Amino acid sequence: MIRLAGGRILDPASGRDEIGDLWLEDDLLLDRPADADEIVIDVSGFVVAPGFVDLHCHLREPGFEDKETIASGTSAAAAGGFTTVCALADTRPSIDTGSDVESVLTQARRDALVRVLPLGTTTKRRDGQELSEMADMAAAGAIAFSDAARAIRSASLMRHALEYSLLVERPIVSHAQDTDLVDGGVMHEGPVATVLGLKGIPREAEEIAVARDLALARLTGGRLHLAHLTTAGAVEQVRRAKASGVRVSAEVTPHHLTLTDSAVAGNGNGRMYDTNARTNPPLRSHADARALLDGLRDGTIDCVATDHSPQRWIDKACEFDQAEPGMSSLETAFGLLMRLVHAGALSLPDMIAALSARPAQAWGLPYGTLASGSSADVVVLDPDHAWVVDPERFLSKGKNSPLGGQTLRGTVLLTIAAGRIVYRNGV
Amino acid sequence: MTLQVINRAEPITQRQPAARTRRHVLDLDDFSVEEVETVLETATRMKDVLSRPIKKVPTLRGKTLVTLFYEASTRTRVGFEVAAKALGADTVSVAAATSSVTKGESLIDTIRTLQALGADFVVMRHHQAGAPYVVADEVGSSVINAGDGWHAHPTQALLDLFTMRERLGRIAGLRVAIIGDILHSRVARSNLWGLTLMGANVVLCGPPTMLPEPSFCAGGLPWDLERTYQIDEALHGADVVMVLRMQLERQTGGLFPSLREYVRTYALTEERLAKAKPGALVMHPGPMNEGVEIDPKVARGVQSAIEAQVTNGVAVRMALLYLLSGLPA
Repeated sequence: MIRLAGGRILDPASGRDEIGDLWLEDDLLLDRPADADEIVIDVSGFVVAPGFVDLHCHLREPGFEDKETIASGTSAAAAGGFTTVCALADTRPSIDTGSDVESVLTQARRDALVRVLPLGTTTKRRDGQELSEMADMAAAGAIAFSDAARAIRSASLMRHALEYSLLVERPIVSHAQDTDLVDGGVMHEGPVATVLGLKGIPREAEEIAVARDLALARLTGGRLHLAHLTTAGAVEQVRRAKASGVRVSAEVTPHHLTLTDSAVAGNGNGRMYDTNARTNPPLRSHADARALLDGLRDGTIDCVATDHSPQRWIDKACEFDQAEPGMSSLETAFGLLMRLVHAGALSLPDMIAALSARPAQAWGLPYGTLASGSSADVVVLDPDHAWVVDPERFLSKGKNSPLGGQTLRGTVLLTIAAGRIVYRNGV
Repeated sequence: MTLQVINRAEPITQRQPAARTRRHVLDLDDFSVEEVETVLETATRMKDVLSRPIKKVPTLRGKTLVTLFYEASTRTRVGFEVAAKALGADTVSVAAATSSVTKGESLIDTIRTLQALGADFVVMRHHQAGAPYVVADEVGSSVINAGDGWHAHPTQALLDLFTMRERLGRIAGLRVAIIGDILHSRVARSNLWGLTLMGANVVLCGPPTMLPEPSFCAGGLPWDLERTYQIDEALHGADVVMVLRMQLERQTGGLFPSLREYVRTYALTEERLAKAKPGALVMHPGPMNEGVEIDPKVARGVQSAIEAQVTNGVAVRMALLYLLSGLPA
């Protein structure tokens, strides 16, 4: 039995926020000791919170083990305070059947440091032609369905996907982007793209797709989850849809909340055409970031998800147009979000909720809580400790971060996943 | 390089004063007025060298200049080679289509190879914006951007400034009309930095599909300028008319209906040129589509500086090579 002693226990699911002790018996949490034999870890002065839940990350295995593996990706997750990660299905082969889901779970049982919940594809091979076997995959443990970065082009197929998902009551995750309007764009369409001579992706590429998907969710009654929203207009549409009873949830990434398209021009590190700031969907403007934050605060956006996208060095050490999009973001998510807390834009309990209780609630997962009897997923945080990001020291294989050299205030000290210490840094 | 886009309301760049500490020429966005003046004055002296019976000095003897071109070019590549040879440097020309690039070699590998082979200057053209920045981060050589995607063509802008000053005696206060596909033009972009820096008044003119959105040009950017869709308005009172090449693929891309309509709406004809100031200078970065964006009579007329641009390009590139080599004046 482990006792986490003297920390500030912050459990957004129950509203608990007090100095106290927390007991872990095997893989369960208890609010009082079960026996006298205990290992005491002194966490006084620090925050004890539920382990974080990430609804959106790319672990790359099987097929792209040179970018990330379940072992390395979950090590990165543990270092970032995450105890549950939902792994996208854009692997090679893609996760199209129940046996594909089982093989990911088998690999995870062998290698993973934290809980891995696989997503399946929405359409076979993610090619937008035929629905994947959702019932088979749900029975094997698929948590949701998504074609990852490939938006489903056909409105009719998207309608059927949302309808069919009613059979398994799992969300369809949409990367809402109008492919025709993206048309080879590589960053946010705006002043920075204009000056840099890069082809832009207008906000409307997202907003048109969000409008379509919300209309189809209304039509079908299916559960729609909008991945990584980026624009003020999209947030407003979701706000109205929720008010009118559409079954929709939405997420935002730490980087879309805190960075803007100026990162592509090296704002922050002085590197022009910084390929590490190329993300899909792209980093947008200050006004969009502010609207995303407002959406997160008023509940329009359900939660934060990392969209952790590890890439090989060579896929970033190249021309901007050629670079693979994405950031290795599991290990910087907490520190980056703490910028909002230190700036007074978000309270610490709300930020923790956005990483734990709220994503769990969005998908009906029994995690992200410190309630007695729940899984012993706990993270100990120092919200004030400043550190300089050095991507070379990431546990993720993906060193692709535009935050290299920047100072973040807020670190993960200890991560316990299902009762097991999976990351320890100084306590 | 300390080029930063801080936010919409703040300047997009920090100018640096000293030409002699510069290692790369990637765009004009980080040039100061003094540095441009230095380049233009040095180019004047280089033009004297080019007018001598023996057009060669040994200043850069023992140095190697590599031209690495991922995109076709005549005047820019040859302009650099002539400039380097006039200064006594050796030149090596790498065309991407005939090198290992066709075997899938990455830009980084290519550039490391060129550096290992001893290139002092890498003159690079690439079809993607920002490619020279990847190279400049990686090598000890001086990198000169000879055109990257839609982004920049700094030596073209410098030779344009040189030509304007040579013909009209000044740059500050000139009304310069840039006509055509502004949105996809690296020549326009670099000229915007250079012209606004040197105090010219620029007006942008082209079809609405080929001008940047007005809202993207606000907030202290050099794009925050007079703009019009009507060529007659742009030409009114112009001292310089800079005509851009119309790329035919923009038609299939849905940006304009037909060449016929483009010619009728935007071609610089003698009749239209008469709306500019008497003696207004006609410029074109080349290669021209004669009969499309510019009437052949205008291109070859008395007001045309198009051939002078090519000649001046050699002098300006000599000046840059000389200044980048860090040799005493």
